[in-house]
Amino acid sequence: MIHTLAFYLFAVLVIASGAMVVLARNPVHSVLWLILAFFNAAGLMVLVGAEFIAMLLVIVYVGAVAVLFLFVVMMLNIDFAELRAGFIRNAPLGAVIALILLAELVLGVGAYRVGIIELGTPDGSAAPLLGESNIENIGALLYGRYLFLFEMAGIILLVAMIGAIVLTHRESRAHRAHQNIGKQVARRPDDATEMKRPEVGQGVEL
Amino acid sequence: MIGIEHYIVVSSILFVLGVLGIFLNRKNVIVILMAIELILLAVNINLVAFSAFLGDLTGQVFAMFVLTVAAAEAAIGLAILVIYFRRRGTIAVDDINRMKG
Repeated sequence: MIHTLAFYLFAVLVIASGAMVVLARNPVHSVLWLILAFFNAAGLMVLVGAEFIAMLLVIVYVGAVAVLFLFVVMMLNIDFAELRAGFIRNAPLGAVIALILLAELVLGVGAYRVGIIELGTPDGSAAPLLGESNIENIGALLYGRYLFLFEMAGIILLVAMIGAIVLTHRESRAHRAHQNIGKQVARRPDDATEMKRPEVGQGVEL
Repeated sequence: MIGIEHYIVVSSILFVLGVLGIFLNRKNVIVILMAIELILLAVNINLVAFSAFLGDLTGQVFAMFVLTVAAAEAAIGLAILVIYFRRRGTIAVDDINRMKG
């Protein structure tokens, strides 16, 4: 009973806030609705026992991606009214394509309900569940079977980080500190250092 | 009783909303990026639901990789958006094909 109630609450809220992301006039409101959608999707995932992905969703999306969106929306001084211009004009085409897509998906779900297509018997390659909790099991899979894919995900994030920094970094000409390799190699100890033998009580003139 | 179908229906509605968002806000790149995030969220819900339904955790691991790629895509997309806005003073995508040089 409580499951059904929670599911319908989360499902209705995630769909409503997803619709508001698309329809909201102000992009800042869109971002806030997006955050609500992510929270409710995390709730949906908790309901089926996927706590780890749910928490990851909250941390990564709400904590990082949504804040990034908010920063960009607020940083850029954009005339949003002008950008809304084609909203009504594009609506019929968008609605038609969305309806076609929805019909296809409904067809897929209906076919799935009738019965699954037999593609042969499973070979038992699904990894057995080792630990007690969801997080333990995912950890065993991630650091065992999918270790290299996990490291690949890290590399993808690294590349994205470098790409974002390289794209947006604006260096000022005055403070540029470039390495002049020829000058470095041509430097000799004689040019760089100087021996002084000052008398007692006298300073060194530089 | 909540079954796998309920989850599939929710995720397909969310997916369609994302696609609709791309069509409705054709000029506003920020909302287009958010609609893409919605689409990826729908995919994630589907993956997690099937993972729980089939008792195979691979789906959840894959959802994590989808999350990684979505975060990377948002970062790069917004970076491109920022430099585009710096050069042109607008983010209307109608004439974005000037980026090809």
